[in-house]
Amino acid sequence: MATTLGKNTPILVMIAIITGLLTFSFINSNGDFGDFGITVLSGLFQGMLLFLVASGLSIIFGLMDVLTLAHGAYFMIGAYVAYDVQHPGGVIDLTAAIPDPNLRFPVALIAAILVGAGLGVILERGLLRPLYSRPIFQLVMTFGVSLVMVEIVKAIWDTTIYSWQDRFGLQESFFELFGQQFSVYRLFVVGIGFVLIIGIALILRRTRIGIIIRAGVEDRQMVEALGINVQLVFTVVFTLGCAVAAFGGGIAAPFLGASNNLATDFLLQAVAVVVLGGMGSYEGTAAGSIMVGLAIAVAQKAAIGTAFTVLPSITPMLLLILILLLRPSGLFGSAHSS
Amino acid sequence: MSAPVLEIRNIHTFIGQFHILEGVNVSVPQGSITVMLGRNGAGKTTTLKSVMGLTPPSQGAILFEGKPIHGKRPYHIAQLGIGYVPEHRAIFKTLTVRENLELAERQAHDLEKRIDFIFNLFPAMRQFYHYPAGNLSGGQQQMLAIARVLVPENRLLLIDEPSEGLAPVIIEELMAAIQKLAETSTVLLVEQNFRMASRLADRYVILDDGQSRVEGVMPELIKDEQLIQRYLGVA
Ligand SMILES: Nc1ncnc2c1ncn2[C@@H]1O[C@H](COP(=O)(O)OP(=O)(O)O)[C@@H](O)[C@H]1O
Ligand SMILES: [Mg+2]
Repeated sequence: MATTLGKNTPILVMIAIITGLLTFSFINSNGDFGDFGITVLSGLFQGMLLFLVASGLSIIFGLMDVLTLAHGAYFMIGAYVAYDVQHPGGVIDLTAAIPDPNLRFPVALIAAILVGAGLGVILERGLLRPLYSRPIFQLVMTFGVSLVMVEIVKAIWDTTIYSWQDRFGLQESFFELFGQQFSVYRLFVVGIGFVLIIGIALILRRTRIGIIIRAGVEDRQMVEALGINVQLVFTVVFTLGCAVAAFGGGIAAPFLGASNNLATDFLLQAVAVVVLGGMGSYEGTAAGSIMVGLAIAVAQKAAIGTAFTVLPSITPMLLLILILLLRPSGLFGSAHSS
Repeated sequence: MSAPVLEIRNIHTFIGQFHILEGVNVSVPQGSITVMLGRNGAGKTTTLKSVMGLTPPSQGAILFEGKPIHGKRPYHIAQLGIGYVPEHRAIFKTLTVRENLELAERQAHDLEKRIDFIFNLFPAMRQFYHYPAGNLSGGQQQMLAIARVLVPENRLLLIDEPSEGLAPVIIEELMAAIQKLAETSTVLLVEQNFRMASRLADRYVILDDGQSRVEGVMPELIKDEQLIQRYLGVA
């Protein structure tokens, strides 16, 4: 009985918080379903983008004990690369080769993924590997890499904040519900997010690399002693994590554009997600991303027309504090995990 | 006597700045069960970890089937055909029994080929196949840790204190299993339980203070009460 209750607690806390957020938002919308729906979709959209950064951060931390502070910078790089490929001028100009913006966008996303993966391999193999067993050095080093990446971005693309100009079909489509225009592109990103949440869960549950990752979270040395090249697994996981973050930046760019702020904004939010979800817990990261995304959207809506314009940006931390008060090791964290 | 499967030649191992092994020599002949004896803290576990490359020796040599393996990475050493059953049965508690075994595969279908043998040896593994290994009893966890090294083809098994903290009935079952394994693999066993060690092993080596002191055949050690008293503190 006690164990059943204990097992259900994270889900109950999660349901309670989400219900609270939605109720508040519904009242805040004066009971207007259209308004409310827009807030919820915006929350899910932001939650999914956050998941693309937080999932990598969480799995890398669980497996390798590395909290990589460069992860937000990979998201940022993804946004710049996608922006650059999509638009005329810049480093790569594909407007002549692929005149159709609808076709250019997938290519822009692939470019973002490849650049993210490439920079991921370089960071893991070149810089992180010599520092395993030195956690503080890793923290400082990845933070430094993040700063360097921002500087490189400034050198290539200047400090301009780019907002997306080259609109493509999906981005221009809307559907109407409760008298409001909903963005099809946002819905599309939410759909991709859900597919990735389930896809990564299946990889972790069902595939050999998934078993290796889960075992490695428990005891890396023992995995190695069974004959598995754990360093190679580290490289693969780190690279995929960076690729997914850059992909996140790429699909976010049509909405959020490309700017330096993305690096810190998404890093801080993702760290909040990973901690409130329970360090190293995949379920916690997925649930935490959605909760934080929703909370930010609700706060953004509530802050309109008030003096609390800072509310949305401190919301992840407020939620983090609330959850750590309820469950000190995070939503899905086990009490004995450090 | 046939050539040794494992030969540890005068190894020195440091953990951090601590000089833990200060000259360990062990020779494990083909087809034997060799037991490593010695008090708590003598360096038995560190010796096995040094063989696996988990605490690599800074001096000396380790030869597996005549070829040097010191300095290689642990996964590489394991892949050569060495199975390691660590002390405190380091199984993966959140993984199911099946996943624990799958993890040990080195080639596709390793598990499929060996699963009947494993189920016969340890029927509990069949019963709990799809349950998290953390739900198993201590004895069953030890059986899983041993079953794990039976999945791939291992010619040498390093088993660290399998009887630790287990009830006598379970120990009997484990002894029978280890005896069965020794029919096909060479075994280097660490065992504090002298009764168990003396019944299982053909050969012994005694470690004390990070050094190997004596090695020989088991029947001689059993007769030598003075030696037992001196290094093991049991009569
Ligand atoms: N990680 C470690 N750090 C420092 N000392 C250690 C460590 N592991 C083992 N030792 C020391 O090395 C010695 C040998 O340990 P061990 O090989 O575990 O002995 P045994 O298995 O024979 O009981 C002990 O004195 C122990 O305290
Ligand atoms: Mg020991």
